[in-house]
Amino acid sequence: MRSRRSPSPPQGFSTSWYGEIFLNPEWRSALFASVTLALLSAALAVAIALPLAWFLWRRVAPWANIFQLLGVAPFTLPPVITALGLLTFWATAGFYGQPWTAVVSHAIFFVTLPLVTLSLGFTSIDRSLVEAASTMGADDRTIFRTIVLPLILPYIVSGYAFAFVLSLNEYIVAYMTVGFTMETLPIKIFNALRYGYTPTMASVTVLFVVTAAVIFSLVARFGDLPKLLGAMSSDGK
Amino acid sequence: MRREPPRTLADYLPLFFPAGMLTIFFVVPFGTMIAVSFFQRQQGGFYTPAFVYDNYARFLSAFFGGVLGFSLMLAITVALCCVVLALPFTYLLTRMSRRVQVVWLVALLSVLSLSEVIIGFAWSTLFSRTAGITNILVALGLMGEAKALTPSFAAVLTGMVYQAFPYTVLVLFPALVRLDPTLTEAARTLGASPLRAFFTVVVPALRNTITATLIMVFIFALGSYLLPQLLGRPQHWTLSVLITDQAIYQSNMPFAAAMAVFLVLVTLGLVALTVLAGRRGEAA
Amino acid sequence: MSGLALQNVVKEFGSFRAVNDVDLTVPHGTFVCMLGPSGCGKTTLLRMIAGLDLPTSGAIGLDGEDITRVPTHKRNLGMVFQSLALFPHLTVGENIAYPLRIRGAPKEDQRKRVDELLSMIHLSGYADRPVSKLSGGQRQRVAIARALAISPKLFLLDEPLSALDAKLREAMQVELRQLQQKLGITTIVVTHDQREAMTMADTVVVMNGGEIRQAASPIEIYRRPADSFVADFIGQTNLVEAETDRSGRVTVFGQPVPGLDLPAGAAKAMLSIRPEDVHLTAPGAGALTGTVTFVRDLGGTIETFVDVAGRQIVAVSTPRARPEVTVGQQVGIGLTPDVCVVLAK
Repeated sequence: MRSRRSPSPPQGFSTSWYGEIFLNPEWRSALFASVTLALLSAALAVAIALPLAWFLWRRVAPWANIFQLLGVAPFTLPPVITALGLLTFWATAGFYGQPWTAVVSHAIFFVTLPLVTLSLGFTSIDRSLVEAASTMGADDRTIFRTIVLPLILPYIVSGYAFAFVLSLNEYIVAYMTVGFTMETLPIKIFNALRYGYTPTMASVTVLFVVTAAVIFSLVARFGDLPKLLGAMSSDGK
Repeated sequence: MRREPPRTLADYLPLFFPAGMLTIFFVVPFGTMIAVSFFQRQQGGFYTPAFVYDNYARFLSAFFGGVLGFSLMLAITVALCCVVLALPFTYLLTRMSRRVQVVWLVALLSVLSLSEVIIGFAWSTLFSRTAGITNILVALGLMGEAKALTPSFAAVLTGMVYQAFPYTVLVLFPALVRLDPTLTEAARTLGASPLRAFFTVVVPALRNTITATLIMVFIFALGSYLLPQLLGRPQHWTLSVLITDQAIYQSNMPFAAAMAVFLVLVTLGLVALTVLAGRRGEAA
Repeated sequence: MSGLALQNVVKEFGSFRAVNDVDLTVPHGTFVCMLGPSGCGKTTLLRMIAGLDLPTSGAIGLDGEDITRVPTHKRNLGMVFQSLALFPHLTVGENIAYPLRIRGAPKEDQRKRVDELLSMIHLSGYADRPVSKLSGGQRQRVAIARALAISPKLFLLDEPLSALDAKLREAMQVELRQLQQKLGITTIVVTHDQREAMTMADTVVVMNGGEIRQAASPIEIYRRPADSFVADFIGQTNLVEAETDRSGRVTVFGQPVPGLDLPAGAAKAMLSIRPEDVHLTAPGAGALTGTVTFVRDLGGTIETFVDVAGRQIVAVSTPRARPEVTVGQQVGIGLTPDVCVVLAK
């Protein structure tokens, strides 16, 4: 929608600008870098959030809530602070600029999203289901495999989806940690902005909007979006 | 299910990986940043360990005071605009059918997840002279000739409100969904018009939520670093922009770190103040 | 010894004593209903029998074996939860097969047993349905079948019928009792509904304040309540005070009741008189005299409220024996020793 108001509209309607994203080596490698980063960092974020959320749900350990707080902090503070913290850290540790540091940085920055969806997911599991399973002879491990995991799966998927989409769009953390060695799509767009607008940028923008809309629609289709966003009842009241 | 405190090592096992990751890659970096803020800058290189207050002393100047003041003012303005716009919007949204809600939520999430780069790009296009909205006004005969609306404070504010609005709605959504609809219905049966019912029942009932939302959006807006650059003039740059600038372009990490620490302190301080004021207001 | 035995079982939550020194023996094959108001400790007691809560002190034995510390999943129980706790991600058949599946039973055996159980609960052919598509009564049956899948040593039910409407609940009570008698399984049901307890139980255990007030057969509980709490909680009753006057006669409202004996040495005692045992007579003809304050005609029964010296006495009669009284009228109440149950406290 916004692309049609592009400052230098292409003559006539053409989809070739979309092809440009995949054909131009620079745009293609930026796309590849962004998608890889998003896929891996979202997976790592879920891997951090799932055991933490499970532990907090399963055990009585008030002190462990400090880790919940730590998980929520990176996303709540102004992003530049997390970004700068990670920059000084990677520089001090001597890994500055290595691509994998971006994966870890994004995973920490976005761990909040799967943590929040999973915590919500766990509280929505009726504890009597777990008790029922144990009266029927299931031990803790069996209960996790046969009851908890299937019930939490939609929340894992949503948490992953949220982290994935936000990682795909993230600029400052990626820029501060690997900005000089790797070009993600947002970094590429920002750098390209200095040389004026091109239709490709508009197409990338549309691509982003469409990707986000499709992924969130899928989350809404297979999960309970209003509930995921904090509405208690699932009947839409 | 019997929830018990963890006892054996195996009980603690699931906590190891998350706790380790968050400690190493969040707590330690945060600590590193605080440490670096006391370091001495090394010309041309990074920095050398030291314990100096120079970096903090430096922004106690009129210039950085001005930037800080502007950043806070901008964030507060954005927070107020967003809450004023989002409260009635979210209230109406929660009264819609589930299907309509889902469509709106998908749209809001899509906008929220958009990169600042893209939001900045889109708005600078909309505000441009050649392809912006003024052209539509000209075509409608409402304006003499097309002109550029950016860079300007209004453009920065518009972009940031656009960016923070979905966030505001999503923060307000849970509280408003759980608001008992019979409250307004009761007010209606007692003779209040829908508008009066909204202002005399819904808004007071949500006072704490509104305060919390203002704080959340304020912090969210404080983090904006690209929109002021893309839509504003240098005098519209915020502390976030300055921190990035010092860290990346001026290679002055200690100074950037000091500003970041200061930003955290100011943020936390303002939040604490607001919470305190809220408590006092409640007690009264 | 076969059956369930609770010895000095205590459960404390912080400083709150939810279950206070409970002793109870449940012989094999008995149907026990634990009855009491909410918060009386009956659910906590059931959860301790299931191993879902650990007793603060005391011991729980099953078939002569101490199971106090045995984890729930090793107790071979069947339990029906108040919420039913059907697994939403599994079908009806998968829910029922769950205890068999996790014990590693062969697929073929699982299928056979599921079919058997489904036909027992009159839901043959429902195996592949999602549980969300069942009615309340059907969900109830599935929960029962699932709990019985392994032929458990102990069948526990926590307010199992509370989600059903009144008609269905009464039908299910009968069905559950018949099923238990057929299977001969030791069963413990927690309920707050005394009709439910009277319908199903061999033994009714009345609890209050974390203690067992009385454990006996339903009819004994009704006819011979141990104390005023039990008398009042089970059915409707009139609690009146009896005392011994100076000349040594036992009186109620100052009127002597010949033949009524109080416990040795007691000057005062509480009497429980069931409303159906209260006979209204002409004024002056009975031991007591009172004024009719209200008549509630429920069709099947008629309740007459009589004010006797400021205390309300309720009489229940059938339409055939309908007393010809109107509000404001003076009536007599006959009192014979055989209708008065002397309560311990």
